Amino acid sequence: MQTAQGGPRTPAHAPALRMGFDLVQISTVARSLEQFGATYEHRVFTDGELRYARSGGALVAQRLAARFAAKEAVMKALQLAETGVGWRDIEVVKQAGGDCEVALHGRAAEAAQAAGAEQIQLSMSHDGDYAGASVCVLFAPSGPVLS
Amino acid sequence: MKSTEQAETEIRAVLRDHGRLAQDIATLAADADLYQAGMTSHASVNVMLALEGKFDVEFPDRMLKRSVFASIDAIRGALAELGAVAEAPDVQVAQA
Repeated sequence: MQTAQGGPRTPAHAPALRMGFDLVQISTVARSLEQFGATYEHRVFTDGELRYARSGGALVAQRLAARFAAKEAVMKALQLAETGVGWRDIEVVKQAGGDCEVALHGRAAEAAQAAGAEQIQLSMSHDGDYAGASVCVLFAPSGPVLS
Repeated sequence: MKSTEQAETEIRAVLRDHGRLAQDIATLAADADLYQAGMTSHASVNVMLALEGKFDVEFPDRMLKRSVFASIDAIRGALAELGAVAEAPDVQVAQA
């Protein structure tokens, strides 16, 4: 395909923004903790996430449910469903000021970089037996980064 | 190593106990989409952990894909790749 000037057209740009959302039933997380215990905890959550969740006393399942929702929301926003990413490669980090941020590791970080992701914004909430998270990923305007 | 028939029986039992399916697992075809049948992403974690216990395997991160847990056939294929289940000819063809 040619432009009016005769040169090749720029390939279609990647979307500049992509959203992801996930909802988790808190009681199902509580049940997983009962059934699978430490195997479940350490397969899905980082040490930092577990430390923060446990600091909440009775809020452990609620906090872990929100974090699981955040991990799934990141997977949706970055389209990682077929990448083969462990849940611990997507971490919710509690900042000193109270805000939560997403930190990516391993294959998740590689995939995000390859897709040109520049910023990941996270919002989490809970009500009753449900916890949800929405994620917004901002991509480099020039599309995928080639390295 | 379990036969494909044994494996399917045990996979169905795991899905019955942990899959949170909206449909009776006995009525689902081996190639039916489990997510369409009501399995959530969180339920798939429980399914994976239960499969690991039942088949004495561990799914490496590279296999943690939606498609690996999308059907009984897909799960059986993944377990075969991990050496826990005999290869099924039809699964091999489907993956080719």
